[in-house]
Amino acid sequence: MKDKVQNIIRNYHDDRTRLMDILLDIQAEFKCIPAEAIEVLAGQLNMSKVDVEQTLSFYHFFTYEPTGEYTVYLNDSVVAKMMGSDEIARAFEDEAGTKFGSVSEDGLVGLFETSDIGMNDQEPAALINGVPFTNLTISKVKELVAGFKAGKDVNDMVGQTGDGRNSDDLIKSMVNSNCRMQKGSVLCLEYEVGSALKRAVNITREAVIETVKSSNLRGRGGAGFPAGLKWEFCRKSNGDVSYLVCNADEGEPGTFKDRVLLTEMPEQLFEGMAIAAYAIDAKEGFLYLRAEYNYLKAYLEDVLQKMRDDNLLGDKILGSEGFNFDIRIQMGGGAYVCGEESALIESMEGKRGEPRNRPPFPVQAGYHNKPTVVNNVETLSTVVKIILHGADWFRAIGTEESAGTKVLSVSGDCRKPGVYEVEYGMTVNEMLEMVDADSVQAVQVAGPSGVCIGPDKFDQKISFEQLPTGGAMIVIGKDRDLLKEVALNYMDFFIDESCSSCAPCRSLTVILKNKLLKLMNGFGTMNDIDELYDWSKYMKQANRCGLGQTAANPIMTTIDNFRPLYEALVKTDDEFVSEFDMDKAVEASCKYVDRVPNVH
Amino acid sequence: MSKPVVATTSLAGCFGCHMSLLDIDERILELIELVEFNKSPIDDIKTFTKQCDIGLIEGGCCNRENIHISKNVRKTCKILFSLGECDLMGGLPALRNGIPVEECIREAYLDGPTVGLNKEQILPNDDELPMILDKVYPCHEIVKIDYYLPGCPPRADLIWNALVALVTGDELKLPYEVVKFD
Ligand SMILES: Cc1cc2nc3c(=O)[nH]c(=O)nc-3n(C[C@H](O)[C@H](O)[C@H](O)COP(=O)(O)O)c2cc1C
Ligand code: SF4
Repeated sequence: MKDKVQNIIRNYHDDRTRLMDILLDIQAEFKCIPAEAIEVLAGQLNMSKVDVEQTLSFYHFFTYEPTGEYTVYLNDSVVAKMMGSDEIARAFEDEAGTKFGSVSEDGLVGLFETSDIGMNDQEPAALINGVPFTNLTISKVKELVAGFKAGKDVNDMVGQTGDGRNSDDLIKSMVNSNCRMQKGSVLCLEYEVGSALKRAVNITREAVIETVKSSNLRGRGGAGFPAGLKWEFCRKSNGDVSYLVCNADEGEPGTFKDRVLLTEMPEQLFEGMAIAAYAIDAKEGFLYLRAEYNYLKAYLEDVLQKMRDDNLLGDKILGSEGFNFDIRIQMGGGAYVCGEESALIESMEGKRGEPRNRPPFPVQAGYHNKPTVVNNVETLSTVVKIILHGADWFRAIGTEESAGTKVLSVSGDCRKPGVYEVEYGMTVNEMLEMVDADSVQAVQVAGPSGVCIGPDKFDQKISFEQLPTGGAMIVIGKDRDLLKEVALNYMDFFIDESCSSCAPCRSLTVILKNKLLKLMNGFGTMNDIDELYDWSKYMKQANRCGLGQTAANPIMTTIDNFRPLYEALVKTDDEFVSEFDMDKAVEASCKYVDRVPNVH
Repeated sequence: MSKPVVATTSLAGCFGCHMSLLDIDERILELIELVEFNKSPIDDIKTFTKQCDIGLIEGGCCNRENIHISKNVRKTCKILFSLGECDLMGGLPALRNGIPVEECIREAYLDGPTVGLNKEQILPNDDELPMILDKVYPCHEIVKIDYYLPGCPPRADLIWNALVALVTGDELKLPYEVVKFD
């Protein structure tokens, strides 16, 4: 084993900042990170064992124990459950003869749950040895487990490949892009690859920044910061070197549009990255790709290589003296918080994905403490069209403060889930018509960290002004139990994904969830509802990053918009009700000391 | 007008909060001008002799007796204070909350390094002894609490300021030194 581990480390030139890649390779090889490997890592990378473990223990997909020859990670997020993932879980357990959270005795099958894997439009879905299997049915599960027992390669079990480029030789995945973007919008406008970059390198770096600034392009990853301004800050930061990072972590449950942009139009993204790199004068760029999208890696590497061959990447790009730029794909290890830009940078440096304190902002001190621009996949892809068609053209699309279009990931209770590109300013009602949804109780806008709205707000416009969204739009039908199926699941999500640095993010999330459960269990009072709301407000002020700041949103926004659902859970006028159950509380200790409980 | 009546009690705590109350030093003389003490370790009155106005509870609930007392204090006092970390959140005793109660009892009476004298391996099961709860509960999960005085222990000044403010109706002073914990 030692040799294998040493070789893996050597592949990364004994570079400790590449710890993520090294751990990913070790995990793939041994289905865990064996104790012996940790020793070797510490020795060869000149780190303490604790430092190695700090990183490895942070990410979902690194494990101390082997996860089985066939490792199943089944999505347990809201939409997966809505589409029946519980039944699928039971089928896996029955067939594999082991429970979720464990590996079968013979070590063949490991069953685990995981947060959203970016396949909300084709749930239930699971990653098996990293390969996505979507639209799972009970019979499909039986077939899969039979395949495991017969020792088949997971790639040979995929069967029919999906639509669009999913059938490319280097992807060969059953995933569907469900790309419902219209030709003639912004991102789908046909163009000749390389033409935008050519235009960019023929004007000055400042002029490129100016164009993006005046286009009013705002970040599509959630926070909506003006892209041109970010680039300008970076350019103005004093630094001999600067970096460009494309954020393809896409961890917000319900968001999967970046997956489709990466699958269907990766050239556009990489060209956008090259344009951004030109503008900020970066020589190195990174695509931080979430571990769940590892199945796209070989294909994306190939696209990069073709672009190098066409001189769209590499040295003297398009003959432009002094413009050298290349892109490396950095894989994640499964951690939602790594989508936060400073946590992402920490992760790229081989560390735990804990958000940094700000300031300094990444544009001042990012990757290796150098000025770094982090932009979302969609933001960078859009840049291509802005350079080609001009800032005025772009600004004319959308609304006053939200120029352009937004790519939406629509899932849940609708007939046409998938990826849409819409002009900013579309109302939720219009969107629901477009995706063919009726009997809608609520729409979860922007995933768990966003807002849950009811029909009285469906006339609101998708825009930074009114309803900002990173893209997730989850339609929740009338028959769903909104608090149990949605709010409670999302609280569990935040509890699992908190990096635990900040006390309120670590603890108050649990306290809020328990209070929600208290209400659901019939012990709640009106006072509990008020306390839930009041306490939630602290999350915004008292946490370091966006995760904690929004982690109470599933509760706050459902109280805002669906208070009667909470009130219906209150069965008493009493000011205070205790959930405490004396019989249950003394049962275990009395039994152990051989005593008959006497509680009355 | 008669003086407000105060009761205090210590449950699963370490008496540190009561020590902190004594740390008001000579102001205790002013305090007994302001209020009258009923059930409390401070005057050693063991059971309530009348309805009280203000109750202070130190410590969470780790056994049946603690539950019983909290409920009794709640019933007898108009206004209830949660005093200190153990009452507010379970505190140190709640460190056992992640461990099954059987394991805790075994460690305490059978396996621990200091149980050498328990040669017959007796487990406490006399009916006179309070039954142990599955975990330590903060008091606010058992009864309604009106005010919380945080700290481990809460500063003497915090307890003093709070009591005086409540009794006199003056505004509660909360200078930074009184509510900072590190
Ligand atoms: C918990 C958390 C998760 C995030 N996840 C993502 C993500 O998956 N993709 C993304 O582009 N931005 C994500 N962001 C926002 C990034 O921090 C950052 O604002 C964004 O990548 C900047 O790119 P943009 O300006 O092009 O949107 C996340 C933020 C937080 C707080
Ligand atoms: S808010 Fe939560 S996720 Fe963000 S830094 Fe603090 S503990 Fe970590």
